[in-house]
Amino acid sequence: MTVARGSDSISGVSTPATISDTSPILGQSVSRRSLETYLRATPSVDEVAANERAAALATRSIKRESKMHALELTIRMMDLTTLEGMDTPGKVTQLASKAIRPDPTDPTIPSVAALCVYPNMVPTASEALHGTDIHLAAVASYFPSGQAPLAVRVADTQWAQQAGADEIDMVIDRGAFLSGDFVKVYDDIVAVKEACGPAHLKVILETGELATYDNVRKASMLAMAAGADFIKTSTGKVSPASTRPVTLVMLEAIRDFEAMTGFQIGMKSAGGIRTAKDAIRYLVLVSETMGKDWMTPRMFRFGASSLLNDVLMQIRWLRSGVYQNPDYFTKD
Amino acid sequence: MSRVDVRKTYKLYVGGAFPRSESGRTYPALDAADSVLANVADGSRKDLRDAVRVARGAQAGWAERSGYNRGQVLYRVAEMVEDRADTFVDQIRASGPTRAQAKREVDRSIDRLVWYAGWGDKFAQVFGNLNPVQGAFFNISAPEPTGVVGIVSPEEPALLGLVSRMAPVVISGNTAVLLASERWPLTAITFSEALATADLPAGVVNILTGRKDKLVPVLSAHMDVNAIDAWGNGWQGLDAIEIAAADSVTRVVRPPRSIEWADDRSSQSPHMIADFTELKTVWHPKGL
Repeated sequence: MTVARGSDSISGVSTPATISDTSPILGQSVSRRSLETYLRATPSVDEVAANERAAALATRSIKRESKMHALELTIRMMDLTTLEGMDTPGKVTQLASKAIRPDPTDPTIPSVAALCVYPNMVPTASEALHGTDIHLAAVASYFPSGQAPLAVRVADTQWAQQAGADEIDMVIDRGAFLSGDFVKVYDDIVAVKEACGPAHLKVILETGELATYDNVRKASMLAMAAGADFIKTSTGKVSPASTRPVTLVMLEAIRDFEAMTGFQIGMKSAGGIRTAKDAIRYLVLVSETMGKDWMTPRMFRFGASSLLNDVLMQIRWLRSGVYQNPDYFTKD
Repeated sequence: MSRVDVRKTYKLYVGGAFPRSESGRTYPALDAADSVLANVADGSRKDLRDAVRVARGAQAGWAERSGYNRGQVLYRVAEMVEDRADTFVDQIRASGPTRAQAKREVDRSIDRLVWYAGWGDKFAQVFGNLNPVQGAFFNISAPEPTGVVGIVSPEEPALLGLVSRMAPVVISGNTAVLLASERWPLTAITFSEALATADLPAGVVNILTGRKDKLVPVLSAHMDVNAIDAWGNGWQGLDAIEIAAADSVTRVVRPPRSIEWADDRSSQSPHMIADFTELKTVWHPKGL
């Protein structure tokens, strides 16, 4: 099957990729050779063009009504996150009520898409979110390093899922990926996916550690073939975290993967997205790359903690015309 | 052969830098005979928002410095103004006064900066107190800066008015967003150049030129401003400022009925420092 691409593609011309011999997308175990053949078909990314395209889309002027719509959409797409060593059940409960009703003074503000916590906090969060439509995401598989035996990572995932998480954010083993051991990375994802059961799997590539856009693209193709439901940029623990060019590269990988296989994979940008302005720039990027159908939390998510308050401030500013003060918004 | 004039288009002073107005607009600064002296930036509400943001960012660091150090910095500002005295005199003369009058205004502005500089490490002793209480406690009150202060500078005298209101606000550890005189903006701009070469940390004083009827309402309603100095605004429109400021409980410092800017007894006072501070009172157990 040939990879379809738009005129604005930032990737080079690819050779037709065949994945039928071993069907890696079915999540079966895969031979080193067939995986390497599959990944070799990944086109290389024009780094300059990716940066330019992301920068050009950031200059788009967004009018008032569209901005209001975009801000509300940003909230509906948000995985409200707390991933600190000092998280307590109290803080998670508090954050859950913020996820349900982000602005206590304004019931017209929608709930966020999901609450994202460490496995330990899943039972607390699950109880706090009971009876709502908000998803519960747990970072599992030895987040954020992924440097643990596979059995431990699988057990971590299973535990989180059984405790009530319906979305699992796993990390790939970047060490294995960078040393060329793609089969290990692939097998890890397959194993974790299996441990997820009915839960939705987001695979974190930690693009800040992958060094090049070519690697990002390759890791995206690998993760999608191994069974990821979403691919995600970063843990938020490494700088640089999510950037717009990296998101663009991953979105194009998703687009090409869908053209190749018919599977529609979602995208989550996380880490370093702190302002409403930045979030709107991401939305423009997603809309321009993937189309209007993607303007839904089913396909695109933001992973963020401090972004929510900035969005709330912008909404209140748009409604009142008065510049706001962060002290008037709840901390968690 | 006569030289071609260098036409100037001045910019704003925000966060220690000189940005153009986000709006891209300017307006002409005219002299007393209505001929154009220079173009100045027509600051927009977004410029004001940016200025408040950097003022908020700079506030904690400025307040953390010792009062003695803030006094040194203000003294250095006085030195920088002194260096530019001739420029100030020329700019004031263009607005009408004679050379002697202009010189007096500049001298008084410098003296006032030096005077307030001296209060840097003293006002807390005057306004703070060990309160007598019945019980085994020390009860201590100390003035702390209120935060970000919006200052509406008077139209005239542009330089002396601006300095007289800025110095007492900044010396206690507040940061300021200043709206310059709309009719005579040039001295405020030269003053910002003096500030940029003094050791004042970026963002402690930010000066915007532009239309006051557009900027004052935005400044008054801004939720992240702790106090508004309305001396330069006068009584006209004061109620609108107070209503807009009420939502965020922003303190509005009202002007006296009439102001003699050149009079040291009515226009400079340590109480003007206290106007922009909050008293923090602490109870501390006494005894062994």
